[in-house]
Formats: sequence, C-alpha cells, structure tokens
Amino acid sequence: MSIEQFKYSSIPAEAEKLRVEVRAFLQQELAEFPNIKRADSWIGFDAQFSRKLGQRGWVGMALPKQYGGSDASAFERYVVMEELLAAGAPVSAHWFSDRQSGPQILKFGTEKQKNFHLPAICRGEQYFCIGMSEPNSGSDLASIKSRAVLQGDKLIVNGQKVWTTNAHLAHYMIALVRTSEGEKRQQGLSQIIIDLSLPGITVRPIKDLVGGAHFNEVFLDNVELDADAIIGTEGEGWSQVTAELAMERSGPERFLSSMALLNSLIGIIGTKPDALQAKEIGRLTAKLITLRNMSLSVTQQLSEGKSPVWAASCVKAFGATFEQEIPELAQALCDISPTSLGGSEHAQVLAYLMQMAPSFSLRGGTREILRGIIARGLGEN
Amino acid sequence: MRDIFDSTIERFFLDMVSTEQVLHAEKEGWHEELWGSLDELGFTLAMAPESAGGAGANWTDLCGVARLTGSYSLPLPLLEAIFSNWLLSLCGLDPLTGALTFAAKSDLKLIEEKLTGVLQDVPWGRYAGHILAIVPEAEQNHLVVFTSEQIESVEQVNNVAGEARDTLVLAQVKPAFSTVLPAQFPANILQLGGAMIRSAQIAGALHKAMNISHEYAAERVQFGRPIGSFQAIQHQLAQMAEHVTASVISAEAAFSGSPDALDPLAVCAAKICTSEAAGVGASIAHAVHGAIGFTHEHPLHLLSRRLWSWRSEFGSETYWAKQLGEAVCKHGYQDFWPAVTAGHFDTFQKEIRE
Ligand SMILES: Cc1cc2nc3c(=O)[nH]c(=O)nc-3n(C[C@H](O)[C@H](O)[C@H](O)COP(=O)(O)OP(=O)(O)OC[C@H]3O[C@@H](n4cnc5c(N)ncnc54)[C@H](O)[C@@H]3O)c2cc1C
Repeated sequence: MSIEQFKYSSIPAEAEKLRVEVRAFLQQELAEFPNIKRADSWIGFDAQFSRKLGQRGWVGMALPKQYGGSDASAFERYVVMEELLAAGAPVSAHWFSDRQSGPQILKFGTEKQKNFHLPAICRGEQYFCIGMSEPNSGSDLASIKSRAVLQGDKLIVNGQKVWTTNAHLAHYMIALVRTSEGEKRQQGLSQIIIDLSLPGITVRPIKDLVGGAHFNEVFLDNVELDADAIIGTEGEGWSQVTAELAMERSGPERFLSSMALLNSLIGIIGTKPDALQAKEIGRLTAKLITLRNMSLSVTQQLSEGKSPVWAASCVKAFGATFEQEIPELAQALCDISPTSLGGSEHAQVLAYLMQMAPSFSLRGGTREILRGIIARGLGEN
Repeated sequence: MRDIFDSTIERFFLDMVSTEQVLHAEKEGWHEELWGSLDELGFTLAMAPESAGGAGANWTDLCGVARLTGSYSLPLPLLEAIFSNWLLSLCGLDPLTGALTFAAKSDLKLIEEKLTGVLQDVPWGRYAGHILAIVPEAEQNHLVVFTSEQIESVEQVNNVAGEARDTLVLAQVKPAFSTVLPAQFPANILQLGGAMIRSAQIAGALHKAMNISHEYAAERVQFGRPIGSFQAIQHQLAQMAEHVTASVISAEAAFSGSPDALDPLAVCAAKICTSEAAGVGASIAHAVHGAIGFTHEHPLHLLSRRLWSWRSEFGSETYWAKQLGEAVCKHGYQDFWPAVTAGHFDTFQKEIRE
C-alpha cells in the first residue's frame, strides 16, 4: 500500500544534539545577513560559506569517512539541512552535490570517481549541477536528444541542456544523455559526469522574471570526455535518475522555500493577530509541522536503503502547494503592497517570493507530473 | 502489540461491521450486540493497566485501531471508552465497562457539593452508562463521572452521520466518582483527547474513501475506457492522496506522545490537517463516483457523512488554527522555527492548560 509507506518517524535524540551547534554557528555567521537575502533560500550562492560548512563536516556528511564524509546518519544530515534552510543560509553552491550528485556517485560510481569527487564535495569545494532538461524535453525527460558516443577511448558529447541551475558556477554537471538506442525510449540513456571547464562547452545564463540569473543554457559541442565518465551502467541512466529523484523530491527544501516570508509575516502581524490572521498562521504552522513529519518519514525510508519515489512525490507536491500559499496569504492578510524598490523589507521579501513562487511547482518536476506519478502509484497497491 | 490490535480489530470489523450493520445502527441508534462483543474482546480496556484487567497499551499501539474505526464507520464510542478508561486509570480510578463516553463541552457549577449544568455534544450520550466530564476550578480541576441514572434530561442531537451527539442536563447531582485531575492534564483534556481520536478516524475514513474511489475509477468505463485513465480524474485522486498522507502522518504523530499525557501541539496540528483534508477528500470522492455515489444505496456516504461531521467535532480546523496562530504570534517569529522543531509552543501549551 502506498500510504502505508508513510510511517511516523521522529528525529533520534543522537541526531537532535547537532541542532544546537548548527544554530550557534548560523547565528554567528549570518548575524548581518538581511531577510531579503535569506529569501533566496537554497538558491543563494556563497562558495566561502559552503567551504566553512565543509570544514565543519556538514557537507556530504552522510558519505563514508573513507571518502571525506562523516558517516553521519540520514537524520543528522536532515537536522543540518533544515537548520540551514530555516535560517535562509546561502547553500546553493554545494546543495546539489550534497543532495544528489555525491550520493549518486557513491551509489553508482567507480572507485576512481568516488576518490576523485567525494572528498572535494565534502570539503565544500566541488560543485555540481543537474543536466536533465533540454529545450524540447522538460516533463518528457526520456525524449532527450543530447548524445554521447564512444570513439576509441573517448566519449564525445553533443547536445544542449537548459534551465541548468548553477551551470555558470559549478565545476561539474551530471548529465543524462543518450548513449544507445533501445526498444523503449527509457532504454539507452546514461548518466555522465561532465567537467564544465572542458573545450566545447558554452554556458549562457538565463535571466529569470525576478531579474536573477540562476539557471542557464548549456551547449555541448563535441565535448571530449574519458570513456569512464559514465556513472553506473551504460544504458541504465533512466532507473538511476528515477532513484535520484527520490532524494531530490523529499527534502525540507521542498516546503521551506518561503520560510523568510513566513517569518517576516509573523513579525509584521505582531503579537495581536486578528481572527483571520491567527487562523491562517495557525493553519500554516500545522501544515509545516505535518510536512516536516512527512519528509522525515521519507528520510527514514531512504536511510533503510529504499527508493520511495511515490512518497517523495507526495512530499514535493504537497510541499509546493504550501510554499506557494505563503505569498498568497501574506498578500491577503496584511494591507502591504509588494515593492521592488523602496518599501519595507517585508514588502520586498513579499515581492520577491511572490515572483519566485511559480517555479516551486516546476523545478524538480511539475505538479502535474508528480500527480501523475502519485495516481499511478495508487494502482500499484 | 500494535500489529495484534490492528489485525484483531480488522478481522472483527470485517465480520461484524458491514454496511448493513452501520446503516442499521444509524436507524436504531445503538448496536448493543456489537458493543457487547467489543466489550467482551476487552478492547475498551486496551489502555487500562494490566493490574486492572487492561492490556496496558499506549496510544501509538492504538492509532491503527482508531484509523480502522474510521474506515469501517464503527457506529459506537469505542475510542471514547478507551480514552475514558485511560484517563480514569491515570486519575487513580478503576476502569469502567459498559457504554462509556465523555463530555468535552460543559458548564458544570458546583453548588453545595452538587453539580448543575449542561453537557453538550456528548458522543452517544443517551446510550452511555457512564459519562466523564471536567469541572474546572481555580485551584485544581476535577474529573467527575456521572451514571445515566443521574441525567435529568436528554436533548437528542444527531450529527450528519446519524451518530448521537446529545445534550445532557444535570440538576444538583453528586457525581458517582470525583477526583482531582492530575497536573499533567489541562482543563481541556477531554477536548484534546476527542480531537486526537477524530483526527485518526478522519484519516481512516479518508484512506478508505480514496481506495474505493481509486477502485471505482479503474472499473467505471466511459468513452470506451476506464475513467481512471483520464488525467483529470488521476489528478483529483492524487490530490486526495496528498491529503490522506498528511492526515495519516499527522494523526500518527498525535498518537505518538508519551503514555501518560497528550501532546497538545501534535494533536492540534492533526485536527487542523485532517479537518481540512476531510472536506477536500469527501468532495473528490464524490466527484469521482458520479451519480451512483450520491445514492443511499452506495456506501460512499457512510464515509463522507462522517467526514463532514467529524471535522467539526472537538474543535474545527478554524477553532484549533486560531488558537495555534495566536500562540505563534504571541511568541514572535524568532521563536517560530525553534518551537516547530521542539514540537512545543510555550504559550500554546500554557493556554491549553488554563
Ligand atoms: C527555477 C528552475 C530551476 C530549474 N533547474 C533545473 C536544473 O538545474 N536542471 C534541470 O535539468 N532542469 C531544471 N529545471 C527544469 C525543470 O525540471 C522543468 O522546468 C520541468 O521539468 C518542466 O519542464 P518544462 O519547463 O519544459 O515544461 P513542460 O514539460 O513543457 O510543461 C509545461 C506544462 O505542461 C504540463 N505537462 C507536460 N506534460 C504533461 C503531461 N504528460 N500531463 C499533464 N501535464 C503535462 C506541465 O505540468 C506544465 O504545466 C528548472 C526549472 C526551473 C523553473
């Protein structure tokens, strides 16, 4: 039963101990960090900050010690992640390596790949981006056209990726490309590691509607990789990506993106809310508590080595609705116009997250795609 | 212990609590034979200590049972009785057998050692042999127990599902039992307990409603294919699944507190999330079922009428959300996240206690 996958799991006391330390660190590091910056949530990029986290063992912490990690439990990692997100720390530099590229390399990579990438990831020095989407392949990921062809001992890559967050700042991309033809479209895909400093790669930032430039177009023109750039098995890219998505879709970043605004809203409402304000703040609080419990339950499943794709989709779909509701409610509950210049910090945070909100149910898989996965999963009971 | 409880009660419900039985109980009001069997199985004493003939279970062991009473529309106050006996035991009183319930809403006044007042929304009140209530007093709260003979008059009230939710009038009664409510329990412990129970029952009923909707969508053919192959239907079912998941997890969290107290924040979060889900879920289940689901003959209404009732009982979504929101705002945003992770808002806990 799909629903029965969800078992209530709380954070073990051992992992909970870390929280004090992380909070103290963040209080000091981010003492002067304004709320409008915190509103960036996990797209705020600061390599120096990531390295500091690395020094503390808080990047790639669940990876084995032998590769530079801390052998931390999934829950210890969860505590660190959620504290970083709740504080609005600039974690984007290492976020993708920590969340998915590192674990993916650990799970499917060769010893050489592990030794080369994982220690640098754990130091907070090596950053990855995720090359899945292409101009004609968004939701329909299996239709991608970028290809890698073996020529002698080289793998030659051609094609184009788009919406690649951080491609302009990251060192490596894990790209999904076609390496052979199979009977089904899902066959013949592979995951490869691309060093973004190689010749033949052009990265062009794309400005988003708020004015930021976080995602990019990436052109791959006869890029020459060593044949061992493939992660895992040639042709098994689809099932590997599916497993990766369970990690990508269930974490606390799938419901904490509007935290800066929720905090700001509580502050603006003050200690004497009217009935409507009290009701909506209470409702959001209850949702947040429950989403966190849902996400922790998926963390438990991940830590047992399962691949809870269905459950992760539930967390992300429900979480995105919550994150998107916050700007709507903030706008409705207080008579404060959002501003892009001037106005209070609250007005600016409201403006920023209101404009960011549409992306919450697009990035990482759209609401419609997630709901398709959820509905089909009900049939697999 | 949980697995045994779950499987025992589910087997019992499968045998004994059919659609016909539930409808029969709705018409007759009370199913004495069913209650007798549950009493015999010892389920009403599940949380009473072993020394008192109980099973010494904790709330986590019973969340599955509570969810199942929801999915099978059990037309009896089983959880009310389990809760009452748990509370009686922790108050140093002996557990009770027979139909047992509690009144979360009351305005009892103590005049010359006798109690006068009205108990409202009492689940199965007119059929209960014993009824628990709280008398709040300045120094300490009291737990009192009345017997059915002590009730002066009954105003019969039914919820949308035909379940008795009566108003009971008391005139100068000396309760059958009375004791000081231990300090770990807030004055609204009965409401909190009721909210916890209903949240799990809603989760159970919603889960069942989702399963039958999904099955129906796979069977019903229109335009030459099962309606479940239409994306509009799939997405409604998926949205329902998101809410069912949230309901199940929040109810499980509410039941996972300590063995001798309730966790007000977890209970409050559960009642808010499940009460919202009840409306969304009932509406989707009906949409998917089409006209057949709108008939008396189809069993969907057993679930939807209970969802429409239970979401308002022991505090609606709005009731709890307002209390929680006030506490959150009183704390201010600096305390917000720390309180969420600690599972504890001081002022919320304190006000619940007052
Ligand atoms: C801020 C941001 C960051 C991103 N970062 C990355 C990244 O780092 N790496 C990366 O690879 N990608 C990234 N993406 C891309 C993201 O994964 C895609 O946007 C997403 O998969 C949807 O693809 P699309 O935008 O092409 O929309 P489309 O697939 O064209 O969809 C448009 C609409 O049609 C709906 N639709 C499509 N197919 C169906 C269907 N079968 N049934 C019902 N509805 C359907 C969609 O739900 C959507 O509503 C990012 C996107 C955003 C917005």
